[in-house]
Amino acid sequence: MIEIKDLHKSYKMGSNSLHVLKGINFNVEEGELVAIMGSSGSGKSTLLNILGMLDVLDEGSYTLDGVPIVNLNETKAAQYRNKFLGFIFQSFNLINYKSAMENVALPLYYQRVGRKERQEKALQYLEQVGLKEWANHLPSELSGGQKQRVAIARALAAEPKVLMADEPTGALDSKTSYEVMDLIQKINDAGNTILVVTHEPDIADMCKRIVHLKDGIIVEDKKVDQVRASQYV
Amino acid sequence: MFSRDTWKEIFETIQKNKLRTFLSGFTVAIGIFIFVVLFGFGNGLTNTFAKFFGDDATNIFFIFPGRTSVPYSGYKAGRQIEFDNSDLEDIEKNFAMFVDYVSPRITRGGLVKYKNESNNYSNRAVAPSHQYNEKTIMMKGRYINNQDVNNRTKYAVIGRLVERDLFKGKEAVGKYIDIGGSSFKVIGVFQDDGGDREERMIYIPYTTRQHIEKNTDKIDQIVLGFKPQIGYSGAMSLENSLEKYIKSKKFINPNDENGIFIRNVADQLKQNQQLARVLQIIVSFVAFGTIIAGIIGISNIMIFVVKERTKELGIRKALGATPKSVISTILLESIFITTISGFIGMILGTVLLNTMGDTLEDYFITDPYIDTGIAIFSTILLIICGALAGYVPARKAAKIKPIVALRDE
Ligand SMILES: Nc1ncnc2c1ncn2[C@@H]1O[C@H](COP(=O)(O)OP(=O)(O)O)[C@@H](O)[C@H]1O
Ligand SMILES: [Mg+2]
Repeated sequence: MIEIKDLHKSYKMGSNSLHVLKGINFNVEEGELVAIMGSSGSGKSTLLNILGMLDVLDEGSYTLDGVPIVNLNETKAAQYRNKFLGFIFQSFNLINYKSAMENVALPLYYQRVGRKERQEKALQYLEQVGLKEWANHLPSELSGGQKQRVAIARALAAEPKVLMADEPTGALDSKTSYEVMDLIQKINDAGNTILVVTHEPDIADMCKRIVHLKDGIIVEDKKVDQVRASQYV
Repeated sequence: MFSRDTWKEIFETIQKNKLRTFLSGFTVAIGIFIFVVLFGFGNGLTNTFAKFFGDDATNIFFIFPGRTSVPYSGYKAGRQIEFDNSDLEDIEKNFAMFVDYVSPRITRGGLVKYKNESNNYSNRAVAPSHQYNEKTIMMKGRYINNQDVNNRTKYAVIGRLVERDLFKGKEAVGKYIDIGGSSFKVIGVFQDDGGDREERMIYIPYTTRQHIEKNTDKIDQIVLGFKPQIGYSGAMSLENSLEKYIKSKKFINPNDENGIFIRNVADQLKQNQQLARVLQIIVSFVAFGTIIAGIIGISNIMIFVVKERTKELGIRKALGATPKSVISTILLESIFITTISGFIGMILGTVLLNTMGDTLEDYFITDPYIDTGIAIFSTILLIICGALAGYVPARKAAKIKPIVALRDE
């Protein structure tokens, strides 16, 4: 599903440049649930942003579902993001003046799905994350865990090939974190490919594979026995 | 880009961001409103100037006698010039080619009585043709005619307000009034667009006035109506030859500025129209300044709006919004708001102008108005400029990378 070869990325800051990713080689198969681990500043988000086409690589190659991701202009990148990827952010990034349902329906709007069908699908995904009754509430009326579940429903709504979550539990307490991980595991059980960036070992242990980043390279890449989050909720 | 869905999305955004909508809408509405009102005031100024003269004919000279200031052909300086009936005939005869009519005008004032009612009114002793230059409109009865002049009848034509005040709404025609001690029969009542002062006037035959005043043949001033066909330049040369003719007849030095005076209404009108036009240009300038201020205002608001929406636009881009759709989201919203509020401001301004009428006449603004074409044109101008001004920040927003927009502070 994802193929990365010898990926390099530096940030230019004035005259210096900060070499963040120094040759990443990395493949993800369909249906995997991968945790990207590493200390703060190790380049996890940078890697995920490149995979998410929110940022561009300097060197190396990236192929997503057989499509080489190279020389994308903004419009093409937006279309690919919309078609291939679903994002889950640490700070939820819901649109504050839109209801839960409207937030979930938004990726479908950019897929030019009709209004009625959008709403039906949005409700369906809200139901999947257990928030159907909250469909008409604004984000400000939801708890942190509920907001993240709305964000997950929104990421699912576009039926992407890969879900990308950057510290999805970073802003949540541990009980809520496990609820969110339980949801992510169930989505993965249904066959979705998911990448989770985290620096918390217990969250990483709930994935099926852990990739460890340090100083811009992968120092460890191992399959693990998944800890089910449901036992904690 | 213009699908129903796009518009629905825009309406929702507008509905849910009321403050933003109000701010930009208000700026535009106020801008257009002030523009329309100012521009209308400019037109009102022009109207006032037109009205000063509009109620009277403009193909008119008023000729006044003066006092000489230089000695000439045996006469000393300081001689009072006088007009008499023979001057009327001479002018009519010598300038028959150009002159439509000539009327004397002798103005007096004094107490006018009817039964127990009395009041002070001016009266003008005139010839029948005087009706043309004042554009006197008869409401009932008739104006002074040639027979009245020949027979020196004691007939009076009174203004509408004279009838109202002295007769308290009762019929005046046929009744007798006392003007300065002589009894006059009212033969007509008139109205005049020149305002209340004109409608408090009384007209009597000039011969009657001369008869009362010791049978003199003197005239205060001469009103001359020239043929309109001779045009502006014809009027100017007629003014010159008239002046020459009268000066030679009255033995006034041709270079004496004070022997006689000719007031050329056509020339004055032209000058005043030019002044009004200059005022109009100044006011339009200010009005267009308002439009410019409105454009600057709406651009600032657009910059503010885009800044405020940076995060939202970043989210939208992460979810698949293309740069084009980001730009159109911002622009269509702004165009929609500016269009609606622009036309609201325009309509309110126009309504205000229409209801104003002559309430500001004391400030030289009469019946202010704005051409619908100009109003619509400037509204559309503001909308287009607002869109152009919004395009720059919108494009900038479309270029911001989603990760930059989404970065947590
Ligand atoms: N846009 C950027 N410009 C400059 N430096 C950046 C930018 N984004 C990240 N960095 C730097 O790159 C390094 C890696 O950042 P990041 O990928 O966010 O780390 P992590 O997510 O693992 O905490 C950090 O030192 C960070 O300061
Ligand atoms: Mg990070």
